[in-house]
Amino acid sequence: MSLTAEDVRHVAMLARLGLEPGEEEFYAAQLGAILAHIDRLRELDTEAIPPTAQAVPLPARMREDEPRPGLSQERALANAPAAREGYFVVGAIQEAEP
Amino acid sequence: MERHLAVIEREEPRIGAFLRVTEDLARSQAAEADRRLASGEGVTPLTGIPLAIKDVICVAGVETTAGSRILSGFRPPYDATVIARLREAGAVFLGMTNCDEFAMGSSTENSGYHPTRNPHDPSRVPGGSSGGSAAAVASGEAVYALGTDTGGSIRQPAALCGVVGMKPTYGRVSRYGLIAFASSLDQIGPFATGVRDAALVLQAVSGPDPRDATSADRPVDVLSELEAGVEGLRLGVPREYFQVEGMEPGVKATVERALLVLERAGAELVEVSLPHTDYGLAAYYIIAPAECSSNLARFDSVRYGLRVEGENLLETYLRTRRQGFGPEVRRRIMLGTYALSAGYYDAYYLRAQKVRTLIARDFEQAFLHCDAIVSATSPVVAFPLGAKLADPLAMYLNDVLTLGGNLAGLPGVSVPCGTSEGLPVGLQVLAPQWRDATALRVARAYEVARD
Repeated sequence: MSLTAEDVRHVAMLARLGLEPGEEEFYAAQLGAILAHIDRLRELDTEAIPPTAQAVPLPARMREDEPRPGLSQERALANAPAAREGYFVVGAIQEAEP
Repeated sequence: MERHLAVIEREEPRIGAFLRVTEDLARSQAAEADRRLASGEGVTPLTGIPLAIKDVICVAGVETTAGSRILSGFRPPYDATVIARLREAGAVFLGMTNCDEFAMGSSTENSGYHPTRNPHDPSRVPGGSSGGSAAAVASGEAVYALGTDTGGSIRQPAALCGVVGMKPTYGRVSRYGLIAFASSLDQIGPFATGVRDAALVLQAVSGPDPRDATSADRPVDVLSELEAGVEGLRLGVPREYFQVEGMEPGVKATVERALLVLERAGAELVEVSLPHTDYGLAAYYIIAPAECSSNLARFDSVRYGLRVEGENLLETYLRTRRQGFGPEVRRRIMLGTYALSAGYYDAYYLRAQKVRTLIARDFEQAFLHCDAIVSATSPVVAFPLGAKLADPLAMYLNDVLTLGGNLAGLPGVSVPCGTSEGLPVGLQVLAPQWRDATALRVARAYEVARD
């Protein structure tokens, strides 16, 4: 499986990774080489094999539904890049009406 | 403790095992340990013993960055469960050790800060991703250390640095407070100079935790068989593990000599087969990146971590993640996103999960014929810095003998078993799920017979 620069641009945007000019080709070549190795998975007949998401069977455990103290607002905000009046500050996601 | 701080001061310019040394914290914990020892109350085998902590395990109030620029300055508001348990036991924290960024790598060269050097030869890598923890123990800076193992990241650096490292059964140790890489594979485990010390640390940090639903509610019995020896045990030798691509003849010969030591100690060696070994790396490099692409989506510059402002929120995401993540993390996020994206999910992710089933079945079949599986930990000895940086696939091949244990959830120990070209070689012992005690028993028996 080879990967095009366009594929890399698409995947990088899905993952919200900014790319510098020229990086599409660099990553297309590297990821293409890795995928060429991974393509050996196609040699196996996996039609009747169930998938494994996690190898150790663990029963789902219930806990008591009791309120417990969580992080205080002050501690939750302590690592924020920007905070104001008890809130995280982010840039606008919509433009204002003209 | 002061002696260890002095060793750190002497060795760090040469090794660079630590990202941060927490001298003040260590001194206050040592004073507390002295009080406990004087009063005799709250004394455990770990009271007053100084350790190093891989920089992916959250310590409340101590900068914890996962070796990444994107978390520069991050001070966790809470302790990981393993850290809380060690505090309770009276441990002394020397600091946070270097690692590949978000534990992705096999040489610690992918750290966002600086590389770490192998104490046996500073021109060579310590392995990875827990290379700082392995080097800190090998150089005598710390008595023991915590690392994490997703595809070999405890066992491989333990082998390359000549120390003991253990990955417990998945679910043995709580992952609460561990900065996640691949949640179905990650486990926290110990490094030490000997098997007994590693087992004592594992005993202290193991056990169910209501904060991690994947931590198992099972008795913690990792010390129960430690000195039982290997007399009468059947040890499986997987023929495929001695024929992997890139296996160095010196490593192979050293491990074969170690197997003879175990045989002389009373073990019966039986040949076993793990027929899907050649597909392990391919399955792993879909599953682990897929999980990482999801886990690392949280680094959005809003609640914590680096923020590089753009003209709008999308631009802020793109710039922050451009500057915050190094090349290997970017590669894996893209690979995982690709494998999960529309049109490729069945061909890659689902298929890899099915191959994971085949690999787990290989081990189940093999364990019908033996009590534990023995092999080399790494097909190579420590390699020079820079040797594999330009070829990601060559770097990934370092994990070919260890990642099967993660895919199948098995406990595995690496114990030093001699040298090749003057550099340490590790013997890997894998055991069935929850048989951590058996893996430690075989490693301990080797250690006793070797000495």
